[in-house]
Amino acid sequence: MKRIISLTVMNRPGVLNRITNLFSKRNYNIESISVGLSEHEGMSRITCVIHVENEKLSEQITKQLNKQIDIIKVTDITDQAIVARELALIKVQSNPQTRNEIYSLIEPFRASVIDVSKDSIVIQITGEFEKIEAFVELIKPYGIKEMARTGTTAFPRGTQRHVNQKTFSIV
Amino acid sequence: MVREAALTEMKTDTLTGADLLISALEKEKVEVIFGYPGGAVLPIYDKIYDSKFLHILPRHEQGGIHAAEGYARISGKPGVVIATSGPGATNIVTGLADAMMDSLPIVAFTGQVATSVIGSDAFQEADILGITTPITKYNFQIRKLEDIPRVIKEAFYIASSGRPGPVLIDFPKDIASSLTKQPEEQEMNLPGYQPTVKPNFLQIRKLAEAVSRARKPVILAGAGVLHAKASHELLQYAEQQQIPVIHTLLGLGGFPANHPLFLGLAGMHGCYTANMGLSECDLLINIGARFDDRLTGNLDHFAPKAMVAHVDIDPAEIGKNVPTLIPIVADAKAALTALLTQTDSPPDQKDWLKQLQEWQEKHPYHYDEKSETLKPQQVMEMLFSKTKGEAIVATDVGQHQMWAAQYYRFNQADRWVTSGGLGTMGFGLPASIGAQLAEPGACVIAVVGDAGFQMSTQELAVIQELNLPIKIAIFNNQSLGMVRQWQEFFYESRFSHSKIPVQPSFVKLAEAYDIKGYTITNAEEAHEILDEVLHNREPVLLDFRVDAEENVYPMIAPGKGLHEMVGVKE
Ligand SMILES: Cc1ncc(C[n+]2csc(CCOP(=O)(O)OP(=O)(O)O)c2C)c(N)n1
Repeated sequence: MKRIISLTVMNRPGVLNRITNLFSKRNYNIESISVGLSEHEGMSRITCVIHVENEKLSEQITKQLNKQIDIIKVTDITDQAIVARELALIKVQSNPQTRNEIYSLIEPFRASVIDVSKDSIVIQITGEFEKIEAFVELIKPYGIKEMARTGTTAFPRGTQRHVNQKTFSIV
Repeated sequence: MVREAALTEMKTDTLTGADLLISALEKEKVEVIFGYPGGAVLPIYDKIYDSKFLHILPRHEQGGIHAAEGYARISGKPGVVIATSGPGATNIVTGLADAMMDSLPIVAFTGQVATSVIGSDAFQEADILGITTPITKYNFQIRKLEDIPRVIKEAFYIASSGRPGPVLIDFPKDIASSLTKQPEEQEMNLPGYQPTVKPNFLQIRKLAEAVSRARKPVILAGAGVLHAKASHELLQYAEQQQIPVIHTLLGLGGFPANHPLFLGLAGMHGCYTANMGLSECDLLINIGARFDDRLTGNLDHFAPKAMVAHVDIDPAEIGKNVPTLIPIVADAKAALTALLTQTDSPPDQKDWLKQLQEWQEKHPYHYDEKSETLKPQQVMEMLFSKTKGEAIVATDVGQHQMWAAQYYRFNQADRWVTSGGLGTMGFGLPASIGAQLAEPGACVIAVVGDAGFQMSTQELAVIQELNLPIKIAIFNNQSLGMVRQWQEFFYESRFSHSKIPVQPSFVKLAEAYDIKGYTITNAEEAHEILDEVLHNREPVLLDFRVDAEENVYPMIAPGKGLHEMVGVKE
């Protein structure tokens, strides 16, 4: 199963290394990890998307992360109401014949073209992981020359509808 | 005039980074340092020259950190290590991993090349932070002079609080030698580190109720009891509720072995009663043990009938290997103290105690006592009885380690030093040095195999130099005994590289270090020589020529459950 874990960490040298190290040491499978500044000075927010076999393992991951001295807060937000976004830059082959077709795909996805050259265009798309996957599938036949994705970044919505919220700060 | 001079002194740069390091160590009340100099730590060593610490020079950095581990285990205080950059730093890696596995507080300083050349593959540069991140509780690199006092305070705090562990501080050479003035006091800044010590009341209630309903309860006590200095509370609680106690390898001594409620050591080479106690119990109270695989055997068969409660200061250990119904995140002492105040009626476990008693009588450890050859178990029994069970025993890794755990019956806490989690050969001899330094008056026995001893022989020099009265007992079976045993059991006795036909004379080797040595080939000699040397306050090396074919029993084969022991006395 897929879990989205949100971390608040001290902005210190080596902190990312500690986290990736922990994932490889404990044999956890990461899909993506995105890092950036947070609302607090000196602290960063990291969003990890991981695949685990069962609930027990995902609980173990949160606990192991919690043990890290540079990590201030760990929340498994998978089962919360969240906003989750990923950004992808995709360079697609295009010529005057296919260009219009590609534009018509872009529109419903609210993607945009941010660079055009003789034989390719660069598309920028943001959205949830699944939306980007769907778009990539559609655009593939035209020939993807390069792609860069940021991985998911996420946090809980302002209002939580359901109460199946999970906290792992044990007892 | 004087005042003015003092003022200018304070304002000008008169202190080096190394000075700040020394005064921070003094503040932490460090008494002993295990260190080995080299280029990158020369500025530090120049200050150590005038300091009051007892500085021990091991003959290999690995020996230094194992000695620090022995010191930490017995004294309860962090063991302090210094190594130079590059090879000095990589030589302590095994010890850091060992201390991490066995939760021992260590503060290790490594020299580092100057900040201006870090990352350039400079002479004796190693990325020791990168190397040690997975095997330390935390590590630092000093970047600014003014951070030194705070970082060292944090390092000692992290190493010794919560679940203890090793902390490394990487110290670039230029920072150790550049000048500064007395920096302003900085508070510790560890918002992400708040170990839970006090137990949750509701969980304590749950456990107390479960205990009172139990018919077949047992306590499994691990080294968490020793780290928390909770053996007194453990004894009180076990007696109050009449619950039998089982120990893990590292927990030995937490509960007196001569107590009627003590069942013994559990695990791969544990005794019948302890392993069956775990297999048959209906309530398993784990206090400060981590359900290591050498203890549990195959998890599918582990404590199949039990409701599991687990007290641990590290929440990540709870539920990691064994599903746990009652999790209690707390220090063992705080949890036991809380349990002692509960007023539920004790469990009705008379039949259970009777059953355990029967097992104890029927299936004790056993060996051929009539054998002509000297049996290792027999030697261990002698060491035990001739020291009245009061010695500090530091072991290496292998068969002799298991026999020590089985036959040396500890009645007190903090008499047992062994490498459990990592199983590091070469640990025993240097660890005994640290233990002796922690308790200069104690009788310390280093129990080692002939192979593991040769991984640390060079440390005899430290014993000689300081005239440490350590009794080095080599269980000489001319083989890598434990490996030989596994090959006998699981590889059709194809003894691939597990026999050592050619050995040095250990007695002559001892003599080279001015240490008395004896070769002992039979029980009579053993009695005679032990009576003569055990109470002398000088080092001695005893080369016991023990039966080379002897195996450790009982044994649980890998993949088997605890109830599937072989070699039990019938
Ligand atoms: C550093 C290291 N290398 C290898 C091993 C694997 N190993 C475990 S026990 C053992 C044999 C130890 O032989 P010895 O020291 O003579 O003790 P004995 O088992 O004979 O009592 C070996 C090689 C280990 N535990 N540690």
